[in-house]
Amino acid sequence: MEDNQRIKENLAEKFKDKILSVKESLGDTVIQVKKQDILEILKFLKDKPQDYSMLLDLTCVDYKGKRLRFEMIYHVFSLSKNHRLRIKCSVPEDDLEVQSVSGMWKNANWLEREVYDMFGIQFLSHPDLRRLFMYDGFKGHPLRKDYPLRKRQPRIRLRK
Amino acid sequence: MGKIRPIKKYSYYQKTAHGGFIATKLNYAIGWGRKFSIFHYPFITACCGMEYMSAACAHWDFDRFGVGMTTFSPRQSDLLFVVGTITHKEAPVLKTVYEQMVEPNWVIACGACAVSGGIYDNYAVVQGIDKIIPVDVYIPGCPPRPETILNALLKLQDKIQKQKQDLRWKIIKE
Repeated sequence: MEDNQRIKENLAEKFKDKILSVKESLGDTVIQVKKQDILEILKFLKDKPQDYSMLLDLTCVDYKGKRLRFEMIYHVFSLSKNHRLRIKCSVPEDDLEVQSVSGMWKNANWLEREVYDMFGIQFLSHPDLRRLFMYDGFKGHPLRKDYPLRKRQPRIRLRK
Repeated sequence: MGKIRPIKKYSYYQKTAHGGFIATKLNYAIGWGRKFSIFHYPFITACCGMEYMSAACAHWDFDRFGVGMTTFSPRQSDLLFVVGTITHKEAPVLKTVYEQMVEPNWVIACGACAVSGGIYDNYAVVQGIDKIIPVDVYIPGCPPRPETILNALLKLQDKIQKQKQDLRWKIIKE
């Protein structure tokens, strides 16, 4: 708990104008930041003494209808402190480019490919940004809210 | 060689008092042979596979119906056992496997996903494998009980017995 408080203070001190909000949700601290600062803040959290060395998950949410339509979510975990943090940044629909964190965490490579596949977020300086789940030739991004519910894209001709 | 007539209608096994020969319908005899020597190829993709394993192994043991021989090459199998969810990504694989099987062959769709897509009515899942390949027996359930699978095998055997057998040669009439 002390660590948690100290991390928050450190962050607030170091990134005064870059942190939009800090709140508690479901027992974890949620830090909302700007899109262009995400790499810098995650790097700060990963380095010692903060030591959030493990990327648990990296995912995205589509809030269709909002001005900032997409929201990237990074779950980081500190093995030494046994503590989780959740970092969020909003991504507008007309500017889908986010800095890739695959240079810092190896597992981010596939997680970002998944997010690219499902939501169409473009990760800058990603080594191999291809679809992960869907096949070549698949059009669109199926977890977007405006993907038609009954749309199918079969690879072979289906029988009647 | 003339037409072979059965001594009694619908009997495939008739022993005379003197012993020595069997009179039967060729179609019936071949069907009888085929239904008890099914080599199956399990195409298992999802959780129904657990029920398949349970039905195939010692507890339920569908070997007692003559379906014991599991082959892992579609070229040597008669029965394609599609167990689990088939996605659009996987559909060409299933089709290739089916096309590699030699005639005569049969297909069982096991579980709700293989039958109709099940709960997955979305962009990824084929809504029933009969959209890709013809299916002989459908097994409902999510997952099906092993008894259901055994019942389906009995149904399939019934079907094999009754169908017109594909002989791959012609009986030349005089």
